[in-house]
Amino acid sequence: MKEKATPKAPAASAGVTMTGAELLVKALMDEGVDTVFGYPGGVLLGIYDVLYDTPALNHILVRHEQGAAHAADGYARASGKAGVVLVTSGPGATNTVTGTATAFMDSVPLVVLTGQVASAAIGQDAFQEADIVGITRPITKHSYLVKSAAAVQATVAEAFHIATTGRPGPVLIDLPVDVMRNRATLQPRSEGRLPGYQPRGEGNPPQIEKAARLLSAAKRPVIYAGGGVISAGASEVLRRLAVKLNAPVVTTLLGLGSFPEDHPLSLGMLGMHGQWTANTAVSHCDVLLTVGARFDDRVTGRLDRFAPKARVIHIDIDPASISKVVTAHVPIVGDARCILEALNEVVLPLNTVAWCDQLARWKAAHPAVSAPSDPRLSAPEVVRQVSARVGKDCVVATDVGQNQMFTAQHWGFVRPRTLLSSGGLGTMGYGLPAAIGAALACPGQRVVCVTGDGGFQMNMQELATAVHYRLPILVVLLNNGYLGMVRQWQDLFFDKRYAHTDLEMGNPNFQTLVRSFGARAEQVKTTCEIDGAVERALMVTDRPSVLEFIVSREENVMPMVPAGAATTEMLEADLNRGGHR
Amino acid sequence: MKRTLSIWFHNRFSALPRITGLFSGKGFPVESMAVGVASEDGVTRMTLTTLGDDSLVERITKQLHRLIDVIQVVELASVSSVERELALVKVQSSPARQQEIVQLADVFRGRVVDMGARTVTVELTGRAEKINAAIDRFSPYGVVEFSRSGAVALKRDDAPERVGKTMAVTPV
Repeated sequence: MKEKATPKAPAASAGVTMTGAELLVKALMDEGVDTVFGYPGGVLLGIYDVLYDTPALNHILVRHEQGAAHAADGYARASGKAGVVLVTSGPGATNTVTGTATAFMDSVPLVVLTGQVASAAIGQDAFQEADIVGITRPITKHSYLVKSAAAVQATVAEAFHIATTGRPGPVLIDLPVDVMRNRATLQPRSEGRLPGYQPRGEGNPPQIEKAARLLSAAKRPVIYAGGGVISAGASEVLRRLAVKLNAPVVTTLLGLGSFPEDHPLSLGMLGMHGQWTANTAVSHCDVLLTVGARFDDRVTGRLDRFAPKARVIHIDIDPASISKVVTAHVPIVGDARCILEALNEVVLPLNTVAWCDQLARWKAAHPAVSAPSDPRLSAPEVVRQVSARVGKDCVVATDVGQNQMFTAQHWGFVRPRTLLSSGGLGTMGYGLPAAIGAALACPGQRVVCVTGDGGFQMNMQELATAVHYRLPILVVLLNNGYLGMVRQWQDLFFDKRYAHTDLEMGNPNFQTLVRSFGARAEQVKTTCEIDGAVERALMVTDRPSVLEFIVSREENVMPMVPAGAATTEMLEADLNRGGHR
Repeated sequence: MKRTLSIWFHNRFSALPRITGLFSGKGFPVESMAVGVASEDGVTRMTLTTLGDDSLVERITKQLHRLIDVIQVVELASVSSVERELALVKVQSSPARQQEIVQLADVFRGRVVDMGARTVTVELTGRAEKINAAIDRFSPYGVVEFSRSGAVALKRDDAPERVGKTMAVTPV
């Protein structure tokens, strides 16, 4: 539920006129917005002037608009509320494009407010003009150009409704500078009229019956849970259903945390860098109960050999996701929590002892292990040790690549909304700003950013933001001097021809770099130093702390399904050959 | 196979490019598109023809439904709907050939809407196949240019409608 902030902006009484900028801030407060990630600019000055008098709206000044979009995304994923971005026209707006696309691919609710040149100047190639609505059309759930001050409030209300309901996603509102200046009468808050938009809540009862019948005959059921479980708040009922059915659970990258990984029924993540047992379970299952997942190519591998023996039940809020890739035998459209509740009412416990025994044997025989290429630290070992030391209650934001996959494999997520990661778009540079958003969404909760030397450099300017707002983020920088995942593919599929993936020659001295921002830095080179270093970093409560781990240069993320292969054709690390362990 | 969809949408800011952008972004083929006002409260109706099988039409329909401004999508099966296209065809002419061209237009129930010294412009309506045939027959005279509206269509009385998701062909 949205918390309603008390508006500090001018009081709402009939007949009061306000500027568009004032109406905008009022409308944001009406939506319960407490935090805005922004960067000022020419056409936004009117809005910033209102913010100057609105201390109740916490404006976070980022150092690059891409950082604003990722921070708002991290805020949204950690809190479940819409993240809000405020940027100027032209370059300010275009700098948010990557962040908007990231949120779109992962169904994250964002409201992106972009300044625009004056209405009369639109289309004239005015200074700092960009057709941002046109540019972002394919990567937004919806967008608006506000044409009058009188339309500001209703537009904002509608935008939040669209961003946060159904399959969530980013909504962009373009705000011409003259509209922000013009005056209009303050209106009471009202929901817009959207006849074409009625997201479905309850599932169709006959379909739920059908799913229950299919499950009742299952000998080898698997529940395949995605990010939709988390955004629907369905983790708790998922756990109850899995326990009632005695059905093992595999999750996608974005589904990590939807089911506790320390639960005996958890098989961990499936897919390209998933657990061997998770993939093999799906290959052998007879009923696949899919919840809030979309059969991404990184999950399925070779499609004709994905879950070949399974009858597929597919629960999703977005009808367009159902039978898009894999045909669902029982499609159920609606809210995952409502449907799982209903399903949980009607299913009967299954006897899956033989199946679970088989899985346990596989699990023991095929742990996710990789082999360092030299005597330096092993990155997955670092992840495991940091996780053990920091505890399971913290929120972890990752970058993209090896650092992301090692975290997904080895952290051990037990609660929803504790992993923030760019899954669909795979956006390097996501980690640090997303961690900033999470730190603001969850004050008092420990926030960790796991990143690499490549991804960190893509948005490291946001270290200034974290220092500015005294956010005690723990940055785990896994420095291998490479674009590790790309190098891994060059190693495996391009004959170790490491074309332009070696960063070592140009990498900064991260220790002095981080300290120059006013953040704390420490370098760790050996396993026995890890605990102490994390301990010292956790004592810091008023600024970010960067732990730079010098890790093995060429350790590969294993196991792995090569691109285009079936998920049963996983490569595993050969620890007897060249492994330093 | 040619398929015809009727799409009702709120013609608010950017709605039309969202629909057309969907077709380019997802790689859905488009044969024709005709757009016009459907009612007074800003609802617009698009008649769109595409080439594809049931699964393509299902994907198109589902994706269209994701757009906030789209209100309804209905497939109009050719057996149970009336479909018309308007074409203006400008044919090369001379005083000696005028009569022949007018007669040919008559055969296709066309109307002469402009008659100049060098060209005759004929207005034709009908299904796309009839317009194609007419243009073929005019071509020996020399078709200077033509402009076609794309198909518009309506369901016949009592014909079953295939609305939105109900089109989904899913086993079990």
